[in-house]
Amino acid sequence: MEFCADPATIEGAKWWLCYLTTPKHQQFYFSFLTVLALILLVAPITLILGFGGALARRSRFYPLKLFGQIYTSMVRGVPDIVFFMFVPIAMDQGLEIIRHWINCPDVTGAIYQGNDFVVCTAAKLPLSTSPQWVHETYGFFLALVAFSIVFGAFAANTVDGALNAVPRNQLETGRAYGMTSGQVFRRVHLPQMWGYALPGLSNLWMILIKATPLLFLLGVEDVVYWARELGSSKTSIFTYPHPDWRIWYFAALLVFYLLLTWVSEKIFARFRTRFTRGQASSAGKIAIEAGQ
Amino acid sequence: MKKTILLGAAIAIISAGAAFADMQKVRMGTEGAYPPYNFINDNGEVDGFEREVGDRVCALAELDCSWVKNDWDSIIPNLVSGNYDTIIAGMSITEERDQVIDFSEQYFPPDPSAYVALKGAGDDAINGVVAAQIATIQASYVASSDATVVEFATPDETLAAVRSGEADAVLADAAYLEPIVAESNGDLIFVGDRPAIGGGIGIGVRESDGDLRAKLNAAIATMKEDGTLNALIEKWFEGRDGPY
Repeated sequence: MEFCADPATIEGAKWWLCYLTTPKHQQFYFSFLTVLALILLVAPITLILGFGGALARRSRFYPLKLFGQIYTSMVRGVPDIVFFMFVPIAMDQGLEIIRHWINCPDVTGAIYQGNDFVVCTAAKLPLSTSPQWVHETYGFFLALVAFSIVFGAFAANTVDGALNAVPRNQLETGRAYGMTSGQVFRRVHLPQMWGYALPGLSNLWMILIKATPLLFLLGVEDVVYWARELGSSKTSIFTYPHPDWRIWYFAALLVFYLLLTWVSEKIFARFRTRFTRGQASSAGKIAIEAGQ
Repeated sequence: MKKTILLGAAIAIISAGAAFADMQKVRMGTEGAYPPYNFINDNGEVDGFEREVGDRVCALAELDCSWVKNDWDSIIPNLVSGNYDTIIAGMSITEERDQVIDFSEQYFPPDPSAYVALKGAGDDAINGVVAAQIATIQASYVASSDATVVEFATPDETLAAVRSGEADAVLADAAYLEPIVAESNGDLIFVGDRPAIGGGIGIGVRESDGDLRAKLNAAIATMKEDGTLNALIEKWFEGRDGPY
């Protein structure tokens, strides 16, 4: 006979063991990985966009400079939530309209028919014939893009500021040694920039971690979705009836996020000593005195 | 001989595959938080009265259906923008909604709503602060009455508000509230009368999807005739007789 065969008759530790391992709970545990995956994917993309945006802003080529300035100031000036609501919908509909033009040139009906957004079946993204996991991955991908664009703009500002903070005489000394401007950037400017960028970037990382519940707003089944769903009171129509337990599920999320930020703090402290070593700043001095 | 068998098998497989591929794929949107109409069971799957009705309708109409969860407050916008093709989520057919989407014939008859309050409350609780789920017929009913309405995203949160004393009463479909009151050990009671609001529950489809609607209607008509719909109503809703 199976261990959890008759939940109505079991109690105590066994009940908890069975309850906490239901397929529904496994989906809840899996959603923690979704959140971690989002953070770990957004972070490098953010850094790349941050560097791109910062370099665009410093470019001597005017259109690129303008693009960099518009990107950083516009994205930073719009409330995050508005942006998170707007980007996925706009991108989804934009892609579907383009696919509609390419795949179904002979369909003549209007795309916006009153309230309905109608594209031909071959233009749907994902196709309605695709399995559910494709739909879920696509939703996650849209969220990933929205997060990356927003955090990339903040990172661009941080990186730009850090590049400005490296003392000018350092760069001039490099040039006096006969380095080309590319060599100055790679050997002097960039390595010293990290020490100045790190406080801002670590701050962004923390904000990113705390912004992940916005996934819930975008319809991705993240930890918040499952905590609310599992915690809500259950009548005997369910296999494991229980009263309103949302407070315990949300408390578990609290612990998860605190752990995540706590571990991050530790790692960033390491980075800080590493990047400011030998630098003529108070952080660098502390690193030397600590014998690192 | 062996070759003929293999060839025959191959043809059978290919034609079966073709028959399967010909079936129209339909994505069914539901809320998954409104037992016994629809809920997510402990296996993480959509379950309930509407799951069974939907699966039966799909089988009759020869549609290849899959189930999609969506929050209640965005369930109509996501239908019209094409994220899924039907709403089958205990949604009453109302004039207001009919202007935005179309409905199939009803698969559940008009059912009264009911007020629930903490034990010891009197009938005047329904004139105080009344909780209702956002964008429901109950929410607009309370808004147009003398009572103050507070709206919540999920039905469960409306009941939590009553239990915590934030609201004096909750107004929801009687069929949703009955098992909850029965299992509350007397903590929750019905108060006031039972207003008859709403005109039966139908499957929501896009206004541009007339073909799908016709198929759903035909399947629902069949289920009403052969008695399977009545049987499902009696199975999931204790004490209710199938009216069809």
